Amino acid sequence: MSEIISVEHLAYSYPGVDDTPGVAVFEDMNLKVEEGSFVAVLGGNGCGKSTLAKHFNSILLPCGGRVMVCGMDTADEERLIAVRRNVGMVFQNPDNQIVANVVEEDVAFGPENLGISSAEIRRRVDNALRQVGMNEFAQHAPHLLSGGQKQRIAIAGIIAMEPKCIVLDEPTAMLDPRGRREVIDTVMKLNREKGITVVLITHHMDEAAKAQRVVVLHEGKVAADGTPKEVFSQVELLHSLGLAAPETVELCWELNKQGFSLPLDRLGEEECARLLYDAVKTQCPGGN
Amino acid sequence: MEPILQVQNLNYIYSQGTPFEHQALMDVSFSVRRGEFLGIIGHTGSGKSTLMQQLNGLLKPTSGKILLDGKDIWSDKKLTRQARFRVGLVFQYPEYQLFEETVYRDIAFGPRNMGLKEDEIDRRVRDAARAVGLTDAQLQVSPFDLSGGQKRRVAIAGVIAMEPEVLILDEPTAGLDPAGRAEILGYIEHYRKTHNAAILMVSHSMDDVARLTERLLVMNGSKLAMDGTPAEVFARSDELLEMGLNIPEVTRVFLDLKKMGLDVEPVYTIGQAVEALKKLKGGAAVC
Ligand SMILES: Nc1ncnc2c1ncn2[C@@H]1O[C@H](COP(=O)(O)OP(=O)(O)OP(=O)(O)O)[C@@H](O)[C@H]1O
Ligand SMILES: Nc1ncnc2c1ncn2[C@@H]1O[C@H](COP(=O)(O)OP(=O)(O)OP(=O)(O)O)[C@@H](O)[C@H]1O
Ligand SMILES: [Mg+2]
Ligand SMILES: [Mg+2]
Repeated sequence: MSEIISVEHLAYSYPGVDDTPGVAVFEDMNLKVEEGSFVAVLGGNGCGKSTLAKHFNSILLPCGGRVMVCGMDTADEERLIAVRRNVGMVFQNPDNQIVANVVEEDVAFGPENLGISSAEIRRRVDNALRQVGMNEFAQHAPHLLSGGQKQRIAIAGIIAMEPKCIVLDEPTAMLDPRGRREVIDTVMKLNREKGITVVLITHHMDEAAKAQRVVVLHEGKVAADGTPKEVFSQVELLHSLGLAAPETVELCWELNKQGFSLPLDRLGEEECARLLYDAVKTQCPGGN
Repeated sequence: MEPILQVQNLNYIYSQGTPFEHQALMDVSFSVRRGEFLGIIGHTGSGKSTLMQQLNGLLKPTSGKILLDGKDIWSDKKLTRQARFRVGLVFQYPEYQLFEETVYRDIAFGPRNMGLKEDEIDRRVRDAARAVGLTDAQLQVSPFDLSGGQKRRVAIAGVIAMEPEVLILDEPTAGLDPAGRAEILGYIEHYRKTHNAAILMVSHSMDDVARLTERLLVMNGSKLAMDGTPAEVFARSDELLEMGLNIPEVTRVFLDLKKMGLDVEPVYTIGQAVEALKKLKGGAAVC
């Protein structure tokens, strides 16, 4: 096992304006991300998710402690390009990430800035578009694509840089249900087939349920960390942090308040349906 | 009673006469009553935001009419200006709406434009900020130094401070955490009741619109494809999936239960699901 990202005693405050004190987001934050894993990061608004993510590719630098990416200190100026090559970022608004008028030029933008030969860029662009299922759109105008398609182009732009890790900061917030599914399926496939490490920041619990590991942030610290089943069955804890479990678990939790006694770890619709089926079919007096 | 808002045969074409010409709305007609809570769903690019921007006069129809209280908002300059205040629009991307130096000034912008007195503006700013969960300290910071979810709250506060009769929210909960989502949605519902305001909420969350709205408009490829209660709309799940949409998660669980042979009616919210299952369990217990 090896960790691709290691956050060690991270402290970070945004600088204050004029003589006002800055906002302390982290004082002693610790987190390790295993290479090849798929980690979802949850947390209330303003808890520091985006701030943390920006430390993963040196957009922000620690005020204290350190952040290591593939063994490199993100604060080491000489390693800046190497860090950015290893960790790519996708943000919430697909429109803001489009830089060119033709899809393939847009995807080529990142690698061009890395100073890669044009033959190699060609190969990477074709490959990246294929991986997100958008190769047929290579010659299209990106601004005329749907939100889910734009977001897949943004992901292709990152893949073309061949990073070891992709960090997505609420990539599906503006997408319709199909677009959301497309983006999540795409990152899951990259994780499974290419071994790319995925860090997914999201407010959608059903998306987090698809990760291998769920990390919950609260007030600059890790408040829960485990498999989706482990984390989402702690419904009360989640509620107390302003979060929720997937709808399937919330349903079971509500039913338990009404005299059912259901386990809270059936995240998928089908397993939830099976659980409910058994509960109403086999339930007989004495059971409650 | 006359509808507060009537949309008649609305067409809108972007960038007419250029290579980017795009007809974003085709012959859209519907009306909205005071106090009604309307949800608008549709795939990305279906024309939802374009439609919303027509309703307060931000975009001018290529053809067709928008009537506010029975009067065409484009028939006279005064009416167009009034529409901006009476129909409040919270943009999909709050960044497009925030531009002042402090959160306070941002929220005050609308009321100030309406020509209200300073103490009335102050009252409205503080009420609106409190309602969306912003602290007094946050009123003094720059909106650009806030997190994504905090910016959205400022944008919503800025519009409700104008106390509009029709409140339009384009994806108001995108980027909000679950508690924030519940809080804002609860507030919107409260605003509707206390002001007898009509609410139009664009959303990609089938769960949210199922729980809150009494009527759904479905946009598909620039056209109004469905107009009905959530039950009527979500009963057409195959068509919705085809359009890139979906049905609420509990509805899918119940479809599975039905396939497994349980005799259940469709449900759209957790509340309905709990009631239905309680009944079934009660029935089984009698056996
Ligand atoms: N540029 C900035 N200057 C000053 N403070 C900031 C800045 N950006 C964020 N903050 C503050 O830092 C804290 C953490 O913000 P961050 O954006 O990391 O939150 P988040 O967890 O990503 O929230 P959200 O879910 O709303 O996106 C918040 O209190 C926020 O107000
Ligand atoms: N200025 C413009 N010029 C040409 N076409 C445009 C322009 N603005 C928007 N469009 C197109 O009009 C269509 C409708 O856009 P609109 O923003 O109304 O969609 P939407 O339903 O709100 O989508 P989303 O769910 O992504 O917010 C889209 O195909 C969009 O690309
Ligand atoms: Mg954020
Ligand atoms: Mg829109």
